[in-house]
Amino acid sequence: MEKKNRKGSVLFSEYKRGEGIKKAITAARENILFEIRESKLKGRGGAGFPTATKWTLVSAASSEEKYVICNADEGEPGTFKDRVLLLEYPELVFDGMVIAGYVLGAKSGILYLRGEYEYMKKPLEDYLESMREDNLLGKNILGKKGFDFEIKIRMGSGAYVCGEETALIESLEGNRGEARNRPPFPVTTGFLGKPTTVNNVETLASVSHIVIKGGEWFRKYGTDKSTGSKLFSVSGDCEKPGVYELPWGTKISELLKLVGAKDTKAVQIGGASGVCVPKSQFERTLAYEDIPTGGSIIIFNEKRNMLNVLRNFMEFFVEESCGQCTPCRIGNVKLLEGVEMIENSKYTFSYINQLKELGRSMQVASKCGLGQSSPNSFISILENFKEEVFSGNGGTNGK
Amino acid sequence: MESKDNLRVPGSQKPLVIEKPTDLTTIGGTVSVEINEKKIIVPLGTTILEACKMSGISIPTLCHHEDLCVAGVCRICVVEVEGMRTLQASCAFPITAPMKIKTSTPMVRKARRHIIDLLLSEHYGECYSCFKNGKCELQTLAKEYGVDSYTFGHLDKPKYEIDKSSYSVVRDMSKCILCKRCVRTCIDLQEVGVLEAVNRGEKTHISTFLDKPLSDVICINCGQCINRCPTAALRANDPSDEIWAAIDDPKKHVVIQTAPSPRAAIGEEFGLGAGHSMTRELNTALKRIGFNKVFDTNFTADLTIIEEGTELIIRLYKALVQKEKIALPQFTSCSPGWVKFIEHYYPEYLENLSSAKSPQQMFGALIKTFYAKKAGIDPADVVSVAVMPCSAKKFECNRPEMNSSGYKDVDYGLTTRELARMIREAGINLPEMPKSDFDNPFGEASGAGLIFGATGGVMEAAIRSVVEFVLGKKAEDIFEKANIIPLRGFDGIKYLEIPIGDKVGPVPEIIQHLIPNWDWLKGATLKIAVAHGTANAKKIMDNIKAGGKFSECHFIEFMACPGGCLGGGGQPIPTTPEIRKLRAKAIYAEDESLELRKSHENPHVVQIYKEFLTEGPCGHLSHKLLHTHYTKRGRYIA
Ligand SMILES: Cc1cc2nc3c(=O)[nH]c(=O)nc-3n(C[C@H](O)[C@H](O)[C@H](O)COP(=O)(O)O)c2cc1C
Ligand code: SF4
Ligand code: SF4
Ligand code: SF4
Ligand code: SF4
Ligand code: FES
Repeated sequence: MEKKNRKGSVLFSEYKRGEGIKKAITAARENILFEIRESKLKGRGGAGFPTATKWTLVSAASSEEKYVICNADEGEPGTFKDRVLLLEYPELVFDGMVIAGYVLGAKSGILYLRGEYEYMKKPLEDYLESMREDNLLGKNILGKKGFDFEIKIRMGSGAYVCGEETALIESLEGNRGEARNRPPFPVTTGFLGKPTTVNNVETLASVSHIVIKGGEWFRKYGTDKSTGSKLFSVSGDCEKPGVYELPWGTKISELLKLVGAKDTKAVQIGGASGVCVPKSQFERTLAYEDIPTGGSIIIFNEKRNMLNVLRNFMEFFVEESCGQCTPCRIGNVKLLEGVEMIENSKYTFSYINQLKELGRSMQVASKCGLGQSSPNSFISILENFKEEVFSGNGGTNGK
Repeated sequence: MESKDNLRVPGSQKPLVIEKPTDLTTIGGTVSVEINEKKIIVPLGTTILEACKMSGISIPTLCHHEDLCVAGVCRICVVEVEGMRTLQASCAFPITAPMKIKTSTPMVRKARRHIIDLLLSEHYGECYSCFKNGKCELQTLAKEYGVDSYTFGHLDKPKYEIDKSSYSVVRDMSKCILCKRCVRTCIDLQEVGVLEAVNRGEKTHISTFLDKPLSDVICINCGQCINRCPTAALRANDPSDEIWAAIDDPKKHVVIQTAPSPRAAIGEEFGLGAGHSMTRELNTALKRIGFNKVFDTNFTADLTIIEEGTELIIRLYKALVQKEKIALPQFTSCSPGWVKFIEHYYPEYLENLSSAKSPQQMFGALIKTFYAKKAGIDPADVVSVAVMPCSAKKFECNRPEMNSSGYKDVDYGLTTRELARMIREAGINLPEMPKSDFDNPFGEASGAGLIFGATGGVMEAAIRSVVEFVLGKKAEDIFEKANIIPLRGFDGIKYLEIPIGDKVGPVPEIIQHLIPNWDWLKGATLKIAVAHGTANAKKIMDNIKAGGKFSECHFIEFMACPGGCLGGGGQPIPTTPEIRKLRAKAIYAEDESLELRKSHENPHVVQIYKEFLTEGPCGHLSHKLLHTHYTKRGRYIA
């Protein structure tokens, strides 16, 4: 595991392994929680839930057993920033987990690693072993009496839905990867029914920095509602794809320039479950208050066929729906059929509009985030690229 | 049953963990919610669905079922909660804080309509050619929401082949809406778990182990899944065409026996509320349909008590006096679902299972021997039908060992639902039928046989006779009105100790050849237990295996179905705890109205031992005709 010389003001800033843990254990748990609250850190896994709130709930839960789960399922098409963090900055992620253990009063941590990242398992395990040698894991960590914490790595099974936190927990318990009913939430009833925090890799990495440098420092970056920086996984039609750390509030156009994107027609923000932004909206910003994202940025230039793009996304959802709830299981099939109808010029606008309405029902009635977000690209591509999509081989234009 | 603890289901379907406070007057014991702008105060942890019901608002449901843990998968029950971006499934949402709920907004109505349209788009079948027509929850919803076209299309070919391999349950997965009620039934009520959802996305379907036919997996045929399926995806294997053919064949002598539970429930199929016994109306209807004779299964229930009770006494005598190694506790054997359960899951305990056949099969053997001879009919011409609350009875009558008359002892097991359909097909409105009696030579039966239909009933019937046999006293002197209340009701497991004391009676004539006296029972305590629903049976069996308290029992009644036979897999749909309670009430009321309430006092039973089974209970002939053996099946079927 070798560190590349990445540049960034927050996540990729200086950090010495173990220093976050060292500082944390000399402070009271409430003080750490206070710093995190001050930082206004929000979850980086996509949903953007305030991390301090989640942790406060878990730390307040009265239970002997609690769990810290690091969500490294990274299944959203077009994201690979968690991989970079784990391979190049494991100290940030694992220190973050140990700090979480300290703050929440948990003794075990689990890294839920995406199935395709099997090759990372051995190096990460070696890394954990070296942490044990340095007493950054194990019993009485760094001499702090009574503070024990261990981290295990568990492999995911390759289903996208298992990145959803309750489906992830189900999968850890050996059941079918299906989302649970909420409430109760994992913070009270999580892994094995115990209070559990599930956090994205990047969220935990941010915590390590916040502990050292403070909430106020973190807040200096980004916008008022979206503090700190974000890692973006940039792919598609550009000269310099890769992982970028940028402050929240960056404009799409700025990002495109940075990565050397030319003739850009559209940017898919947030992966398959995100939205497709057309050129006319490139001045919008990447931020929770404008276009929130877990970090996937896929760039399409003028040569791309947006209907093809949409078809790929819909095929993905038809395949990845866990199949338990009606709107998502059948709805996605209907949306895909709609795309095929447009491809074959066998549609009426009234039916396509009905499908968009169906998409809106799916967004509110599906059981988990997968079905709730799967119609996003259907709706946004058909609305934002109307002319292209419906011109092509000539639809019946409502006839 | 009725307790949903200790479930094997995954967390995505676990019950809500919010504990409702016992004392609602404590601070925080209740929450005030606003439903459609009306305030209502509910106990903490009440679901939105329950709260709506309390304020008289009905919410459509498909995957929700009162007997089962929450699934929250069909999403038809969604409502709007103020401040939440998405709609919430009301069946799966426990209220823990004040909230404002709206149940009929444009967004809610549209989502529900979309869900129905989506389900119909993946549904194969036309209602008019479907047996569930008029009783289907999907159809009812489509009607309520004014569906008049298939917005998102409709299947024109079945997606799956119909699985008719099982004698008991037919699976037509092209009509399945994936509500998973069957899965939850099979796992948490029955602890069998042969059904599970497999694959993902649109390929998701309910499957058996390795997609094998149902006959080749360890299904116990209880039919509980059928009772909870909202559509026509699950049904019993219906023999009514064959029965009509037999009735229409002038050469055939077609007889039917009716069990107590169908009689207590069949009225529901004719629009009556639960809890109306139709015993004597049914006799008339069956004759009008064309059955030659109508017999009362309770007669052989009485016989079962004598045979099984005698077997118990012999086992106890061998164990206590002759110090033989003999399997105890003795388990009842009248529930074929339970019998198959133990054959698969606890084959090492088959010795404990009473060798007495179930009342259905005893009757079958007697009809084609004793009755045929008496009536001067060639048993080859007799077609014997049994109307049962049960789908497992269909499997039972097809067991190869059930041929002790030299013919197939019972030709067809017919469920309550199927019989109701035959009656309707014959143009008969059952509740309007005049009353008539059962046919001889079996005629009248006792109330003890009648209460076999409810959980604890077999045990109560047995105890009424056993205490009279052993103590020489009237059961009424020990239990008020001979009602053994601790054995009644729907607790999953019931347990009772009956001290014998030092005063015993004389040995009754009928078993004098087997034991000399009762002295050996002086000072003993009879320990008995009752379980219904195989999930509860499993608890007892595991306790016995671990050497726990139930291993010290003498006699245990097991019924595969929640509530006992009255909740059987062939009974009218729907089934709820309330409906089962009412059926039980009808059965106990009928028992109390009878003169004759103890099996051993049944004059026809006394007569048959004089006339036919002359060696007495557990004698040679009764062993040949009334007892059976079991098969070690294990958990895997090759
Ligand atoms: C279908 C689906 C897939 C998801 N996949 C991931 C994932 O791969 N990684 C992740 O961190 N969060 C994923 N999430 C979000 C998680 O449910 C959860 O919100 C997140 O792990 C919480 O961590 P955070 O608060 O640190 O963001 C997914 C959500 C959904 C609905
Ligand atoms: S929304 Fe899709 S992935 Fe989520 S529970 Fe429903 S079917 Fe499963
Ligand atoms: S299952 Fe229900 S909806 Fe389907 S065809 Fe039968 S009656 Fe109609
Ligand atoms: S009949 Fe009983 S055992 Fe068989 S699948 Fe249905 S519920 Fe399970
Ligand atoms: S078979 Fe019936 S009960 Fe089972 S999932 Fe399908 S519709 Fe529901
Ligand atoms: S009835 Fe509530 S989700 Fe199915």
